[in-house]
Amino acid sequence: MSIVNQQSGSAPPADRGAGVQTGQAPPPRTTVPWRSASAPRPPQARRQLAGVRREDVLAVGGALASALAATGLLWTQLAPFTGITGYIVVSWCLFVVIYVTLVAFDNNRPTVRDRVSAVIMHSLAAVVVLTLLFIILYTVFRAAKALVHLNFYTQDLHTTSAFDPLTKGGVLHAMIGTIIEVGIAMAIAVPLGLLAAVFLNEVPGRLNRLVRTVVDAMTALPDVLAGLFIYATLILIFGLGLSGLAAGCALAVTVVSIICRAAYVVLRLVPGGLTEASYALGSGHWRTVWNVTLPTARSGLATAVILGAARAIGETAPVLLTSGYTNFINGNPVNGPMTSLPLEAYELVYTGEKYFVTRGFGAAAVLLALVLLLFATARLIGGRGAGQLTRGQARRRIAASHRDLARYTMSASSAQVPDTRS
Amino acid sequence: MSWLCAGVRSPGPTDTKGDSFVRMAEPSVTQGRVAPVPRKVTARLNPSDRAFRAIARGGGVLVLVLLGLVGTFLFYRATQALHKAGFSFLTTQTWNPDGGGFGIAAVIVGTVLIALVAVVIAIPLSLGSALYISEYAPLPIRRFLVGVVDLMAAVPSVVYGIWGFELVQWKIVALSRWINDWFGWIPLFKVDGVDRNATQPTATSYTSSTFIAGVVVSLMITPIACSIMREAFSQAPPGEREGAYALGATRWGMIRAVVLPFGTGAMIGGTMLGLGRALGETIAVALIISPVYAIQPHILQHGTSSISSMIALKYSEATPFAVSALMAAGLALFALTLLVNVIAAVIVSRSRSGAVSEA
Repeated sequence: MSIVNQQSGSAPPADRGAGVQTGQAPPPRTTVPWRSASAPRPPQARRQLAGVRREDVLAVGGALASALAATGLLWTQLAPFTGITGYIVVSWCLFVVIYVTLVAFDNNRPTVRDRVSAVIMHSLAAVVVLTLLFIILYTVFRAAKALVHLNFYTQDLHTTSAFDPLTKGGVLHAMIGTIIEVGIAMAIAVPLGLLAAVFLNEVPGRLNRLVRTVVDAMTALPDVLAGLFIYATLILIFGLGLSGLAAGCALAVTVVSIICRAAYVVLRLVPGGLTEASYALGSGHWRTVWNVTLPTARSGLATAVILGAARAIGETAPVLLTSGYTNFINGNPVNGPMTSLPLEAYELVYTGEKYFVTRGFGAAAVLLALVLLLFATARLIGGRGAGQLTRGQARRRIAASHRDLARYTMSASSAQVPDTRS
Repeated sequence: MSWLCAGVRSPGPTDTKGDSFVRMAEPSVTQGRVAPVPRKVTARLNPSDRAFRAIARGGGVLVLVLLGLVGTFLFYRATQALHKAGFSFLTTQTWNPDGGGFGIAAVIVGTVLIALVAVVIAIPLSLGSALYISEYAPLPIRRFLVGVVDLMAAVPSVVYGIWGFELVQWKIVALSRWINDWFGWIPLFKVDGVDRNATQPTATSYTSSTFIAGVVVSLMITPIACSIMREAFSQAPPGEREGAYALGATRWGMIRAVVLPFGTGAMIGGTMLGLGRALGETIAVALIISPVYAIQPHILQHGTSSISSMIALKYSEATPFAVSALMAAGLALFALTLLVNVIAAVIVSRSRSGAVSEA
C-alpha cells in the first residue's frame, strides 16, 4: 500500500504551471517544465500513509485527559455520584464526545465517522481482553491464600470442617479424580473420534452422510443432557452407582463429537496432491492414510485432541450428575463417588462458607492452570497448517533425505549395473 | 498393489469429480472417428485396505450408535413423561412430576430470556473485537488477540460461574437499580417490591436475576461468535478492499462497504451459534439464579429458572418418572438448540463468506 509521489514520470499533469492567478489568459496548451539533463533531480519525499501522526496522538491524548478531568470534577465536586465503574463509563462517553468535537474541527464527516468507529472498535476489543484478564486474575487473587499452603496440594478435605484454617485440608482428591475421569473419557473418546474422522474423510457413501449429520447434530447437545443420559442408563438401569467411570463416560459422550468434528476438519485440509502422489506411486488406500494423510495432519490432530481434553477437564454439568461428591481420596473409578476439580470448585463456592469459598477458588485456579497448560501446548503444536514443518522437523527431514541419497549412491556404485545393450 | 485402476482418484465425501470424469468419457462420435470406449474400472482392494475400510467403517458406526443411542434414549424416556402430561406440558408452569402437574412454560421462558440477554450483550462485544482483530490490529497484536479469544472459549464455565456468583452479582446491583429507576416503566425492566424513594437499598431484590445470569453467559458466548466473525472478515476479498480504498474510502467506509456485507452471514450465524451455546449453559446459570418455577418476565427481578439448571438441581431427588420428566424438558432444550444450530449452519454456508471473488 505504499505509494510514492509519481511526479518524475514522463507526462506531467495538465494543470501544472497553468498560471491562473496571474490575470492574463493562460495559453491553451499544457506546458512541459524545462529540466536540464545534467541537473540533479529534486529529492522525492515519501508520503506517509500508515503509521501514527502527531495530530492524532494529540487529539486522543487531549480528549482522554479532558474527559478524565471533567468526570473527576463531576464526581468529586458537582454531583453526588460514587463508584469506579460509573466513573469509567461516564469518562469514556465524554471522551468520545470530546474526541469527535476535536476531530470535527479540521476534518470532514467521513473522517470523523472513521475516527469514531476506530475508537469504538479499539474499546470493545480492550473490554474483551481486559475482562478475560480480570477473570483470571480475580480467580488467582481469591485463591492466593489457599494456593500458598503446600497442604492444599497434598491433602484431601475429609477431616476439614468449615471453620478449619487454610493450613489444613486440600484438593488432592479432586486432582486425582480429574486425572482419572478425564483419562477414562479420553481413552474412550480419542480413538473413537479419530477413527470416525478418518472414516468421514476416507470412506464415502450413504453411511458417511448419516454419521456426519449425527455428529454435527450431537455437537449441539447441551452438556447436562450427556450427564442425564449416563445417569438414567448406567446408574439407574445398570446400577453402576455414582462413580468415576460413569463420570468418564459422560465426559466421553460430551467430547467425542467435538474431537471427531475438529479432527475431520483438519484431515480435510490435507492437500489432495500429496495423497494423489501416493496413489500414483502405487500405494494402497491404507498405506496412503497411514503414511501420508495422518502424518501430514499430525499437528492438527494433536491440537484437536488437546482442545478436547481441555474441554473435558472443564466440564462440570455431566460430572455433577454422574460422579457424586466426596471429601475422600478415591482412586477406584468403579466404586464409590469421585470428586473432580470443577465439581469441587462448584460445591465449595456454593456452600458460602468463607474458607470453603477460598478453597473453591483454589480448585478453580488449579483447573485454570491445567487448561492454560493444555492450551499453550496446543498452540505450540498446532497453529501450523497440514504439512508445514517446524525448523527442527525440516532439518531432520533434509538429513534423512541426504542419508537416503548416500545410501543410493553407495548401492549404485557397489552393485554391478547390468548392461542391457549387449 | 494399487487398489484402483488409474484415472479414478478416491473421491472425497462431497466430491463429484468422479461423476464428471465418467460422464466426460462416454463414447461419442467426433469427426467420423469413434472415440475410445473407456476401460471398465474395477477396484481390487487388497486385504490390508479391506481391513482398514472395515475398521474405519466400524469406528463410524460405533460413533453413530453411541450418539444415536443418546438421542433415541432421551426421546424414548421423554415420551413416557409426555404421554402422561399431554399438551399441558407446554403450558404448565410448575414442576411437580410426582404429584400434580409439570410443564416447561416457565423454564423455557427463563432459558430463552437468559440467552437473549446474553446475545444482546455479546453481539457488540464479539463484533467489535472481531473487526478490531481482522481490520485494525497490527500483526503481532492480532496473533496475540486470536490466542486470547480462543483461550476465552477454553476457560471452564465453572470459572465464569464462580466469578459471577461471588463478584458480578454484587457489583451489578447498582446498574440494575439504575435501569429500574429510569426504565422501570418498561415491563421488561420492572422490579416488584422495591421503592425508588426508599432510603434503605434493597439489594436482594436485584440479585440472582435473569440479567446477571445473562451477563455472565454473554462472556462465554462472545469468543464463539467472535472467532466465526473474524474468520469471515479476514476472508473478505482483498481486491474489493483495495478497490474501496482506491475510490477514496476511509477505513470505516471500506469496512461498511466491503467487510460487513461480505461477513453478514457469518455475523448472523456466529451469533446464532452463540445463542445455541447460551441456551444450553448449565453450571454458571445454576450457581447464579435462584430457581422460581413461574414465568418471570422481569429480567432484573430476583429469581428465574432455566431448563439445564433445573436438570442440574432436580435430578438427585428425582424418582424414575421424574427423571423421565426431566428428560422431556431436556429434549425440548435439545430440540431448541439443534434448531438454532441448524439455522446457523445453513446461514453460514449460504452466505457469501468464503466465496472467492472474481477480482
